[in-house]
Amino acid sequence: MKKFISLLLVAALVFAFAGCGSKDGGDAADVKSEGVMTYEEYVAAALDSEVVIETYVQAKQSWWDNQATVYTQDKDGGYFLYNMACSEEDYAKLTQGTKIKVTGYKAEWSGEVEIIDATFEIEDGNYVAKAEDVTSLLGTDELIAHQNKFVAFKGMTVEAAGQDADGNDVAFLYSWDGSGQDGDDLYFNVSLNGETYTFTVESYLCDNTTDVYNAVKSLNIGDTVDMEGFLYWYEGVNPHITSVTVK
Amino acid sequence: MKKKVRAVLLTVLAAACGFVLAGCHGSKGLEAFVMPEEFDSAREYEITFWAKNDTNKTQTAIYEQAIADFEKLYPNITVNLRLYTDYGKIYNDVITNIATGTTPNVCITYPDHIATYLTGTNIVVPLEELAADEAYGLGGNKVLFDSPSVTEIIPQFLEECSFGGHYYALPYMRSTEACYINKTYVEALGYTLPKELTWDFIWEVSEAAMAQDESGNYLVNGQKVLIPFIYKSTDNMMIQMLHQKDAGYSTEDGDIYLFNDTTKELLLTIAEHGKTGAFSTFKISSYPANLLNAGQCIFAIDSTAGATWMGTNAPLLDISEDKVVEFETVVMKIPQFEPENPKMISQGPSLCIFNKNDSQEVLASWLFMQYLLTNEVQIAYSETEGYVPVTLKAQQSAEYQNYLARCGEDNGLHYEVKIKAAELLLNNVENTFVTPVFNGSASLRDAAGGLIENTVKSVRRGQEINDAYLEKLYADTMSLYRLDQLAGQNSSTSSGKADLGKLPKTSVILLAALIGAWVLITLYVVCSRVKKEKK
Repeated sequence: MKKFISLLLVAALVFAFAGCGSKDGGDAADVKSEGVMTYEEYVAAALDSEVVIETYVQAKQSWWDNQATVYTQDKDGGYFLYNMACSEEDYAKLTQGTKIKVTGYKAEWSGEVEIIDATFEIEDGNYVAKAEDVTSLLGTDELIAHQNKFVAFKGMTVEAAGQDADGNDVAFLYSWDGSGQDGDDLYFNVSLNGETYTFTVESYLCDNTTDVYNAVKSLNIGDTVDMEGFLYWYEGVNPHITSVTVK
Repeated sequence: MKKKVRAVLLTVLAAACGFVLAGCHGSKGLEAFVMPEEFDSAREYEITFWAKNDTNKTQTAIYEQAIADFEKLYPNITVNLRLYTDYGKIYNDVITNIATGTTPNVCITYPDHIATYLTGTNIVVPLEELAADEAYGLGGNKVLFDSPSVTEIIPQFLEECSFGGHYYALPYMRSTEACYINKTYVEALGYTLPKELTWDFIWEVSEAAMAQDESGNYLVNGQKVLIPFIYKSTDNMMIQMLHQKDAGYSTEDGDIYLFNDTTKELLLTIAEHGKTGAFSTFKISSYPANLLNAGQCIFAIDSTAGATWMGTNAPLLDISEDKVVEFETVVMKIPQFEPENPKMISQGPSLCIFNKNDSQEVLASWLFMQYLLTNEVQIAYSETEGYVPVTLKAQQSAEYQNYLARCGEDNGLHYEVKIKAAELLLNNVENTFVTPVFNGSASLRDAAGGLIENTVKSVRRGQEINDAYLEKLYADTMSLYRLDQLAGQNSSTSSGKADLGKLPKTSVILLAALIGAWVLITLYVVCSRVKKEKK
């Protein structure tokens, strides 16, 4: 009897963990509800067409005037939700991993594919994406297929972002050309295999109180860094970095 | 990378509408500013200056230099600079800070925005007394720098800062809109640019440019992407189109006429070209300069203050260099309905002073504000973009005239497109106009742009744009921008024209009884007189 009870408990534990795994996403398939597009169908949808997707909140950029801008992702790809209708109360509920069903229009602004004029409802489910290493895809045409995903870049070298008023090279700039101040977006350059890319700390996503903002302000030219962030696009790849580790 | 501006542009609405409607009624407010007899130079002052730059580090450097030079003259005044990259964010932050009593001292802003700030009590300082003061006024004898006199400010620009019976601002820089044209493509399509652009010409060329080959490449640029005509500021687009057609928009008293039949006609035309893809907007697609420079646009309308971003050799670039296409750039007036009678908007930053309990602090702010009108600042700042100095003193100076004369000498300071954009305004000041300023005019401006943005988005999504659509759009827009609630907000706005509906029954009975009583009284008096006469 004791053996039976022990087996029963083990079995129960196994099922319980399996259940948790399914809730977290794990390897379980991301089955869409009826009338909801798969990521593949979303990619195939024409610009300006109505889209209905189910996705999971990964990070929130901003809320104002009952509109939220949110980075989301399902198990197949990323979706950037720009100025989605959202009350302040609902915005508080959009914690990392929250599953939402979104109805809106597919649009493209300066190369960034996004969903605009959207509404959403919260559903049961939770998934937090792990950063996918796309370092080797930098400079290739394949990178854009990962647009809006949470990604990682490893072993890149910090290059000069510009010059200060005295003409000295600096590792980062406030605003794209150094015309900004503390609290504005940070721009910094990192290179790999001789190619240089501009990465950004988007101040609405990570303001000047965050670790990443201060880590970038502490960078030195020549540092080797690992980074994570969202694969945003603006006239080319322009990742919104959320963490930087100097190696 | 100017993307942040897009995010902010769309966030202005709520704060503005809320403030417009609520104002500061009930709040105690500040005492009105009283001009001190003397500036107390024995005291230390710390003032804040909220400034706007066009994401241009030269402009930031000029502000910093101006502050350093001013502080040398007035070592007891410290100026703290806070930079913004768009007017909308300044507007939002000012409104937020009015509520907490933490407004800046000096602020770059638009008159439309000041009209909203004025709903509070003594929030913004009227400038007449300060400007006219013999010692510290414009050109005053105790001012420690070469300040312009009031007659040296371009009268038209100064007048734009007068509303509500006072001068609440001074102009800082002026610009207008220009059409930046890829002449190479226009000619490749078989057209010749006319002396004056018309809307018909732009629409015709833009539609002609939409021809594609079997692979989907546009014939004119050989690329998969082409938006022949793109407009940055659709509120300006609608306002200027209506003004050119002498159609209604608003009155000085705040009466709103935007939602009229001419607006509908214009929206139907815009929808027609939005549907084919020949026309789009900044909010829908991208920055006009990016598309123009990549050879993906033929007509880009943007501020003259955006000229340094325009053209193959533009000193400022927001796309990778390998994407830039070689073409000849021409700067022209915005298209017109009556080219012989051109009309274009006057815009650009103005300066205002926020009131404080300490009148000496206000006077210190005023001195700094005046300093921004000196030749040193005016000429340096205007040369960063297609801006025009606001004083005759600066415009007529040898330094500025030399700058203009060297147009096209290099692709930096003397970049041809930039100087031609500035000259466009210098040569057309008499053809410029501004819209009436009143509490709510900023919301009305947003609504004007919203009509175009929504129409173009809808038609791209396959919706039919017809009378029913436009009626609904009118109603939705009025409601969204709370324009339906503005009637009566400006004291003289409604002029008694507001439709208050039918009188209640009790009022009708009361009025009828009063009229009846007066009739009976009159009859009684008449009868009494007749009786008297008979006697």
